[in-house]
Amino acid sequence: MFNSLSDRLQGTFDKLRGKGRLTEDDINSAMREIRMALLEADVNYRVVKTFVSACKEKCMTSEVLDSLTPAQNVVMIVLDQLTKLLGSTESKLVLAQNRTPNVIMLVGLQGSGKTTAAAKLAYLLKGQGHSPLLAACDTHRPAAADQLQTLGNEIGVPVFRGDGRDAVAVASGSIQEAVDHLNDIVIVDTAGRLQVDEEMMQEAVDIKSAVKPDQILMVVDAMTGQDIVNVVREFAERVDFDGVIMSKLDGDARGGGALSVREVTGKPIKFVSMGEKPDSLEVFHPDRMAKRILGMGDVYGIIEQAQKVADEKQVEDAERMLLEGFTMDDYLGQLQQIRKMGGLQKMIGMLPGGERMLQQAGNQADESQLTKVESIIRSMTKEERKKPKKINGQRRKRIAAGSGHTVQDVNQVLKQWDQMNKMMGKMRQMTQVSPKGKKKGSTSRKQMRQMRGMMKNMGIGGMNGLGNMDMDQIAKLGGKKF
Amino acid sequence: MGLRDRLRKGLSRSRETLSEIFYMGGEVDEDFWEDLEDHLVMDDMGAEVAMRVTDDLREQAAREGLRTARQLRAALAERISHEFATAERDPFEDLPSCVLFVGINGAGKTTTVGKLAGVARGEGRSCLIGGADTFRAAAIEQLEVWGQRSGVEVVTRERGADPASVCYDVLERAERDSADLVLIDTAGRLHTSPELMRELQKVVRVTRKRATMPVSVVLVIDATTGQNGLAQATEFNEALDLDGLIVTKLDGTAKGGIAVAISHTLGLPIYRIGVGEGIDDLQSFDAAEFSRALVGDGEGE
Repeated sequence: MFNSLSDRLQGTFDKLRGKGRLTEDDINSAMREIRMALLEADVNYRVVKTFVSACKEKCMTSEVLDSLTPAQNVVMIVLDQLTKLLGSTESKLVLAQNRTPNVIMLVGLQGSGKTTAAAKLAYLLKGQGHSPLLAACDTHRPAAADQLQTLGNEIGVPVFRGDGRDAVAVASGSIQEAVDHLNDIVIVDTAGRLQVDEEMMQEAVDIKSAVKPDQILMVVDAMTGQDIVNVVREFAERVDFDGVIMSKLDGDARGGGALSVREVTGKPIKFVSMGEKPDSLEVFHPDRMAKRILGMGDVYGIIEQAQKVADEKQVEDAERMLLEGFTMDDYLGQLQQIRKMGGLQKMIGMLPGGERMLQQAGNQADESQLTKVESIIRSMTKEERKKPKKINGQRRKRIAAGSGHTVQDVNQVLKQWDQMNKMMGKMRQMTQVSPKGKKKGSTSRKQMRQMRGMMKNMGIGGMNGLGNMDMDQIAKLGGKKF
Repeated sequence: MGLRDRLRKGLSRSRETLSEIFYMGGEVDEDFWEDLEDHLVMDDMGAEVAMRVTDDLREQAAREGLRTARQLRAALAERISHEFATAERDPFEDLPSCVLFVGINGAGKTTTVGKLAGVARGEGRSCLIGGADTFRAAAIEQLEVWGQRSGVEVVTRERGADPASVCYDVLERAERDSADLVLIDTAGRLHTSPELMRELQKVVRVTRKRATMPVSVVLVIDATTGQNGLAQATEFNEALDLDGLIVTKLDGTAKGGIAVAISHTLGLPIYRIGVGEGIDDLQSFDAAEFSRALVGDGEGE
């Protein structure tokens, strides 16, 4: 069945890892696997050929074959090549400084997610202190303007609809509207069109020459198959876009199309769209993407996500936890934080080796475990949550009945809490010995090791199987959170 | 322009690339088979199906002594057509019938519902549309425009309402008005979102329970979808026990090879294919026709 790219490559490299010295046959078999894996990830067939032969050439050097750790070298080469293919620098939105309003135009096939991307982009720019205006130039799909209007209302960005008939007129009208209302950026949402539809492609060109956009972004569905090369090539020739927004990357598509787009058109991928919410447009990082594809984990992604959700109040909470001990309410808060970050499945998926672990576990991180713990804590009284030590046998029975679980389940939660509380106590000791103000940086190696050991024993809820994840990173994360 | 021509036009790019290899000197050697396999992969058929089809064809060629491009081409078309599951009943013809449309975002569910309602209305059937996409902004408005165009009533609720309750309403209404065909549009969702899939399960459960007419759950899939289409279809099938597929957007250069893989792997029939923008461009699916259009029959090239 369907294997994701990282799983396939991981499998190959597991085989290589056991070897002291590689022969050409080993490299060949690895490359064959990589080829199949890339094809299954929808990377275009011609792109795959180039990629694999480039990789093979690099792998056949004596430095790789004769080195003590050839497998690691092969991994590095493949990663390098993949990163290169995805674009070696992260590209941001370039706007002309001396023009107001700046114009960004979105194009793409039907159903690729242009309207949603337009709203997300507006939200992002608004957050950066701009005052964007959305122009509803999709005059073909029924109610497309209504959709943009609704989204615009939700994020508080004005939408220009014009007469809703002539896309070019709406586009030019929106520029005047922006000038009148002091909007510094206009985002032009256009109708979805097939690259073979001459009339519609001409319309896109007409809109382009009417508004002279600073940036044209093409929205590409991450699930698109082999045909993506024909689509982007045609769009590049006719309307000549500047960059790509990859949409629907929150699914399990590996987005192999991203590789093809970059290789075929040379256009950078600027943003990735990862969900339904307006804040789910993220800057594209080629190195992260490549690592993630190779199953090396998107650790930066986790940290960023943790930073995003860790607000002021939580920092205060963390200090209180250190001073006064860890309560059940804190435990509950942490569980909710995991949920906020997109749930266990997303988090584990971003960890090194996590993809594979998920697969072994039947591709279902056990969210029910989280729910269970939550419901048990919610069945405790306020007093009990503050001082879990006082929960005796009778109270346990009551909590079990109240939450619809067994007494054993309650015991387990209490035990987990106890372990976490103990760890918190040790951290308290650690932070107290180190001089004030240098808390985070001053943890010694030994203490780090201790902490890692403790974290391993923690076994929060369904995370029991996480033994082989990158503890360094988790420890760092821990340092942030506590 | 008939269906055959449209299909042929839509799939012409695929046929052209295949023609390249079929006419390459006419010598059937190791390279030929490898190229054939690669090209099937490029049609989004997937490495597994491509390999199996190529191996089978190779065996057949050896057994029956097929050597010319034309023979091989016909054999290939026939081989591919066997990959498709066949439909036992057509939920848009065998009435009364209630059809739920599911799929990922942007697959073309709402448009498909609109077109099918138009066709049913044109044939004089009493049809009812249920707008259970209460999530996406303006999905209801989009459906209502389609309803007005085809003169079919749309039963729905406000945005944010429980989609299952919409299904309940529309079925109740269908019974009262004795409508023959009920088409229910649902919100697009990624198969990787467990909450949204659970919501959809509820929608399907409520509909199946409430309906007195046979209910079919149809997955709408975009022809440009690559190998992830199989993962999508598998997840949707596991959660909802699908009855069949509709493949949209076959009018581009995409080959829709993923339809072969899905239909075969999950044993799901393809009810309709979308080959153009117009209301009549949603056509019945003919496996042999589709396969021939995909590989070409060597005539008039």
